[in-house]
Amino acid sequence: MIEYQTLTQVTGPLIFLEGIKNVGYGEIVEIGVDGEKRRGQILELNRDKAVIEVFEGTRGMDVKKTKVRFTGKTMSLGVSKDMIGSVFSGLGEPLKERIVVEEEIDIQGKPINPSSREYPREFIETGISSIDLMNSLVRGQKLPIFSGVGLPHTELITQIAKQARLLTGEDFLIVFAGMGISYDEARYFREEFEKTGALERIILFLNTATDPAIERLATPRVALTTAEYFAWNLDYHVLVVLTDMTSYCNSLREVSSAKEEIPSRRGYPSYLYTDLASIYERSGRITGKKGSVTMLPVLTMPEDDITHPIPDLTGYITEGQILLSRDMFRKGIYPPVDLLSSLSRLMPKGVGKGLTREDHKSLSNQCYANLAEVEKLRALISIIGEEGLTDTDKKYLEWANRFEREFINQREDERREVKHSLEKAWEMLSVIPEERLKRIEKDLMKRYMGRKEHAGTETATSATRPRS
Amino acid sequence: MLKGGIERITGPVIVAKGMLGSRMWDVVEVGKGRLLGEIIKLVGERAFIEVYEDTNGLKVGEPVVSLGKPFTVELGPGLIGSIYDGLGRPLERIMKELGSFITKGIRLNTLDREKKWEFVPKVKNGEEVSEGFILGSVKEGSITHRILVPKGIKGRVKSIKKGVFSVEECICELVGGKRICMLQEWEVRRIRPYREKIGLSEPLVTGQRVIDSLFPVGKGGNVCVPGGFGSGKTVLESTITKNCDSDVNVVCRTGERGNEVTDIINELKESKDRKGRPLMEKSILIVNTSNMPVVARETSIYTAITIGEYFRDQGYSSVVLIDSTSRWAEALREVSGRLEELPGEEGYPVYMESQVGEYHERSGKVENLNGSCGSLTLISSVSPPGADFSEPVTQAVLRSTKVFWGLDQKLSWRRHFPAMNWLISYSRYVDGMLPWFRKNVSNDWDAVTKGLMSILQKEAELERVVRVVGIGVLPEKEKFVLEVARIIREDFLQQDAFHAEDCYTHLDKQYAMMRDIIRLYERGMKEVESGKTTDKILTKSVKERMARVKYD
Repeated sequence: MIEYQTLTQVTGPLIFLEGIKNVGYGEIVEIGVDGEKRRGQILELNRDKAVIEVFEGTRGMDVKKTKVRFTGKTMSLGVSKDMIGSVFSGLGEPLKERIVVEEEIDIQGKPINPSSREYPREFIETGISSIDLMNSLVRGQKLPIFSGVGLPHTELITQIAKQARLLTGEDFLIVFAGMGISYDEARYFREEFEKTGALERIILFLNTATDPAIERLATPRVALTTAEYFAWNLDYHVLVVLTDMTSYCNSLREVSSAKEEIPSRRGYPSYLYTDLASIYERSGRITGKKGSVTMLPVLTMPEDDITHPIPDLTGYITEGQILLSRDMFRKGIYPPVDLLSSLSRLMPKGVGKGLTREDHKSLSNQCYANLAEVEKLRALISIIGEEGLTDTDKKYLEWANRFEREFINQREDERREVKHSLEKAWEMLSVIPEERLKRIEKDLMKRYMGRKEHAGTETATSATRPRS
Repeated sequence: MLKGGIERITGPVIVAKGMLGSRMWDVVEVGKGRLLGEIIKLVGERAFIEVYEDTNGLKVGEPVVSLGKPFTVELGPGLIGSIYDGLGRPLERIMKELGSFITKGIRLNTLDREKKWEFVPKVKNGEEVSEGFILGSVKEGSITHRILVPKGIKGRVKSIKKGVFSVEECICELVGGKRICMLQEWEVRRIRPYREKIGLSEPLVTGQRVIDSLFPVGKGGNVCVPGGFGSGKTVLESTITKNCDSDVNVVCRTGERGNEVTDIINELKESKDRKGRPLMEKSILIVNTSNMPVVARETSIYTAITIGEYFRDQGYSSVVLIDSTSRWAEALREVSGRLEELPGEEGYPVYMESQVGEYHERSGKVENLNGSCGSLTLISSVSPPGADFSEPVTQAVLRSTKVFWGLDQKLSWRRHFPAMNWLISYSRYVDGMLPWFRKNVSNDWDAVTKGLMSILQKEAELERVVRVVGIGVLPEKEKFVLEVARIIREDFLQQDAFHAEDCYTHLDKQYAMMRDIIRLYERGMKEVESGKTTDKILTKSVKERMARVKYD
């Protein structure tokens, strides 16, 4: 294999090479820097010149001595059943013991033919009321968590990852990809799983904040290639957690800027949408295949701004979002979900009779309508004070306070069955005058209003126990 | 055939040299894998090419072959009920032959060559025919698919056949030996010709109260539907697809969520239209999910419109729904960026707006070349970043369209669906449609709809006051206005697309509902003036009655 020593330029994470022959676009290269081996990928070819992005960064490189070798392959990952329970780098290299590779797969993945997709409608019980009742997650969905710096999103996804199961009791294989996260976050996640003895159903890919930013561009793809292998080849149900997508996008911006591309909004490249889609769209269900890929990306919105390009473009691709709010956090509510700005697009067809319970949809619609009313009232109070409110208005406020404290709020180790969440919501609703409950059909009202039924709350210690 | 070699590769754009003699927009085959692409710029012997498929693995020096013609789509029997990608490749046949994933370099004909159709001739031997004339027809789904004389052909019919044919078999021979088959091709970026555009007079009835009653669109019109994510664009478009009284729907989902596309496919397959026909028998789906190649996303809009025009030319009213124009514009921007063109506003190329205008002009009601009358209604949704309607794509589409259905994230967060903001939306077809509504629904249609709007307007003004001083201090009359407005919002404007009864409201019922509200308002106003309070007029039972009407 020919080795080139013809670097002309090093800029940020990029190197420029000339005099090359017969190499393919997107090919992986091996770069030798003082005996150390790094990897890179071809970003542009122009006659005999190539632009290469170096995954491990260009620190210590010079234009004279650096050697480049082309592998003739595009970026691929060696996968195997043995990956379960192991930890890997952001590029998919095992951090401890080696694994025996069963198959090499291109990490770009291939788009699923839309005609082959099966519509996701199997309800996943996360054990979290504000998600299960109000923004239900279904198998094959991509539902991001829009968070902010300092909000407890790590705790929330960890809790979901631990508790998520189908109503039939099946568990998930969890593929966790950390991008630019702190070591603490990575450790927290690992330890929480160790505590419950669930480490044998998790595969970790870690690109911490100290690892090169450019490596982050491969991390979600490596994780998803693994997830797809387990889902489509081995019939697993896989839950993929990607955190933090904001770090990923910032790396993308870094590379784009080094390539001197014309920036779009806030300096991000114009293809940010396409790039994010090529990640998020890899979730789903396929007709005739038993497995599934469900995705929970986490992103921290810069300045809590939902119109920032990252949450904005994500929202256009994903099937809804769970928005964490600083106001709720300050009130001491966990998880601090801002329900009015949260949404699950796949919920309408994933809940109801035969899936969860017949009253699920109407009940959640009613709670949403109430929350909207409360929001209006609270805005009013800030101007005219509570005295100006009618009695009905006051009842709405009473409802809202209980709803936030007792329904949205729950412990980090508390798993609520969906039945229990439904009962809780019904019980609180009785405060509101019946004629205002327009979202609920009369017969449902008769059947469920004022009914007491005891469904249990479990704690996480029993999380892996099969349902009785 | 012209052959050059790859010189430069950057993402979906490549530069080939040795291409002297090739023309703009000609289709080329790139590399050993014969990936399809289009020539988008010529500089000397160099051609800039956007490649429709993933370019990973391409090498400098690989061959580039020009096919010498622009990108075309196949037209003919077999379109109805099919699902294509932006390049007109049949996704269901790809699945059967190649599995669940889309691999590179796939070539499959848009139309099935094997399938036979029963052709019934309309013209007789010896008749003079020319482009656009109806030669005969085949039955396809619930549609009588009319076979038209292809472009540029004119002459006397020597023999017209009757019987069962595949799309490539000759069905008609002209004097002089010209043979015509049912399969034709059309350049997607070229407008299909017609005799003349005519004014719009008939609404596209959708069964959606807020649309039909307040912001109607005429058959042949065009609509801009902007909305931030989660504002219900997709549900609205699929409700329209299901319920509108068109003959043919072309649904173009470009840069769309894969799961949502599946939902649409399922819905089309399972649903029936208002006449009880399976919806798939009047629909064609063009699908390019957001992770499919970006350039094909750009082309898909033209493919969809061309198919829409083809059915318009047969004398049908076709509806083309594009979701979303923003994804198309972004594809344009991405390619423009790779060409290192000078960017316009927000990085979009400066010609984006004129291209939006150009393809919107392909909508309209026309007198066809064969004398029949057909229409193409174009409904384009826009996904403005940050739900900011002042961004360039929304503005460009707004300038090219006459109806604006402004979807509002705030309304949808309140679960007010369809989340169409009645204060900012408009339709410039209202006056043109009025004679039709008067004749077909009621003589005082305009009085009722305007009455409704004026109450909503008053509410908006009062809301501003309430925000400052609270509702308590308002005079009784104004409290009453607010209560009636609430009834309009909750019991008339809100419509549940998933409710068996509420998902479609007949025009007569829409009228009756509005009339009842107006009557309630007028009567109530008088009672308020004579000292009655709002609670006494709008009692619990009155409110309940109003709320139930839409479900009955």
